[in-house]
Amino acid sequence: MESFFSRYRNALVLIAVLLAQVIGLAVQVRRPGQTAGDKGGVRLIRAWVVGAVSPPERLLHATGLGLRGVWTNYLDLIHIRQQNKNLQAQIDQLRLEEASLSEDARQGKRLQALLGFQQKYIYKTVAAQVIGTAGTEQSHVLFIDKGSKDGIAPDMPVITPDGIVGKTRDVFDYTSQVLEISDATSGAGVILQQTRIQGVLRGNSWGQPELVNISPDDRIKAGEPVVTSGGDSIYPRGLAVGTLDRVVPEPDGTLVNVLVKPAADLSRLEEVLVITSTGSEMPSQMQQDLTDAQQKASDILAERLPSRADPNAPPVAASANGAAGTTGTPAPNTNIGPPPLPARPPAPIHVDHFSPSTVPPAEDLVPGQKLSNSAIEGAGGPAGGSTGPKRNAERATTSGSGSQAGTASEPNQKKPPSNAKGTAPPPSAGPHPAVPHKPAQQNPPQSATPPSTTPPSTTQQGTAQQGNPPQGRG
Amino acid sequence: MALMASSRHEVGTKSYPVLIYVLTPLLALGLQSFLSLHFTSFALIDLPLLVTIYYAISKREPISATVVGAAIGIAQDALTHHPLGIFGISKAVIGYTAASLGVRVDTEHQGTRFLVTFAFTLEQTGVLYLLERHMLGQPYAWHWVQELGKAFLNATVGVILFALLDLSRRRE
Repeated sequence: MESFFSRYRNALVLIAVLLAQVIGLAVQVRRPGQTAGDKGGVRLIRAWVVGAVSPPERLLHATGLGLRGVWTNYLDLIHIRQQNKNLQAQIDQLRLEEASLSEDARQGKRLQALLGFQQKYIYKTVAAQVIGTAGTEQSHVLFIDKGSKDGIAPDMPVITPDGIVGKTRDVFDYTSQVLEISDATSGAGVILQQTRIQGVLRGNSWGQPELVNISPDDRIKAGEPVVTSGGDSIYPRGLAVGTLDRVVPEPDGTLVNVLVKPAADLSRLEEVLVITSTGSEMPSQMQQDLTDAQQKASDILAERLPSRADPNAPPVAASANGAAGTTGTPAPNTNIGPPPLPARPPAPIHVDHFSPSTVPPAEDLVPGQKLSNSAIEGAGGPAGGSTGPKRNAERATTSGSGSQAGTASEPNQKKPPSNAKGTAPPPSAGPHPAVPHKPAQQNPPQSATPPSTTPPSTTQQGTAQQGNPPQGRG
Repeated sequence: MALMASSRHEVGTKSYPVLIYVLTPLLALGLQSFLSLHFTSFALIDLPLLVTIYYAISKREPISATVVGAAIGIAQDALTHHPLGIFGISKAVIGYTAASLGVRVDTEHQGTRFLVTFAFTLEQTGVLYLLERHMLGQPYAWHWVQELGKAFLNATVGVILFALLDLSRRRE
């Protein structure tokens, strides 16, 4: 017996080592449904190794950042003024767009509340530096320089401004492990933005994210954006995931997998954001930003008004009800500034046609007859009361809140009303008093509020050539 | 045959400072983790595997090579999200095989080192494939051209790395 052990000592040691590790593997492998995360000795071993490897990585990373910072902040500053100017213009543009979209956001919030949908807003994020990877092709994980001491916990979403990256997995005191969406064991609930097809995103064996087990659909086309659906209770809804790359049928042919090109460049990550807190209410900072954006958008619009752009231009406001409206031709455009942006006030364009007391009694209505202003006013409605014929008339007319005569390039400006055939109004008609005017600079009322009783502004014009067709609910 | 060990000197074991035994695997793990972040293709190279092979064919002691390989592999596992033991098993097998082979062949020859590293890289991929695919049921991509290219790359880097590590050898 002794000779057997001495003769096969090497092989026996190998078998013992392999057997111990196989048993260890069997203990670690979890059944489906068990929560992720290591326990006991396994976690301790991971903590030791990460603790030994991460400090030099931090040092190397910090050194690289320092050298790059010296170059980018002190040496490579050519064209920085022009870039700053371009960015400022872009900020102005984005503020205008944000103001336009804020009403949609609020309306969406109200509808979600009606439907009982729990929207998650991002309350707090922690910025982190990526300091390392697993170093193998089989494991798509990252290491960041923030851990539980910084408020990081397992299963927190990790994002970049471009899109989602993954979620935290093992969290140590000063380091965390991030499981990328390109890993085969990851999972995220996503939805195709246009076709609204939902699916589960995970990495394939080649490290590319894909939506698995999707029913074949001809509407699925390459290039379609993919966003998070919020159904996995990890990623907030609506975060960019990537774009659809191509569709790969499964071997049995009944289902397809949809390959996704990640929006975030997973191979060149340096800084990420960890979402540490979400909530169902819009954060106060976001509300403040929306309000500020609306106010600043008003300022930007005012700055871009032709009268502001050309101080020598004749005061057209005084003749607003005169020449342009009577001739039906736009006044010469004296604007020499940049082309005006769409003057879209962040307000519902159309007034409330459905509130009681704004419409004459039914017995007073005559089919085919256009309502006069006095009839509407006599019915108690301040403005905007609309009956069936009235709505038909409004469909054929345009309503506007133009700021200047002849500024026909503003597509959403309201046009003055005309008759039901869509012809130009009589020269003396001027702006229809029943059509409320909402200046672009004002914050809008909610769509459910009564229509504004503000009289038409003197800047309103009666040019039938202006604007687009009405966007009315009719 | 030129590649076979023919003298007592060629099959003699080499000794290294203890600090080298500790620092080299840690440095290999750290560089592997750090460089893969900035150079995606660096993930094709397996520095811990090269270190395991080097010490196995230098020491020529199967037991110590098995234990060192298992330790390096488990440390490599700790940096992934996989269960501990995947790389541990594969590198224990590599260490044992390399040490057993080191007794029989001339591991000082650069050509031998290249062939040994090439073969052991493929062997590790095969062991990983068996473990991941058939033991754990995880997807594992296998493409012959890529695996051969990876083995060639590791063998090339291994020859250079082994020459550098030879400098740390304790003089007899």
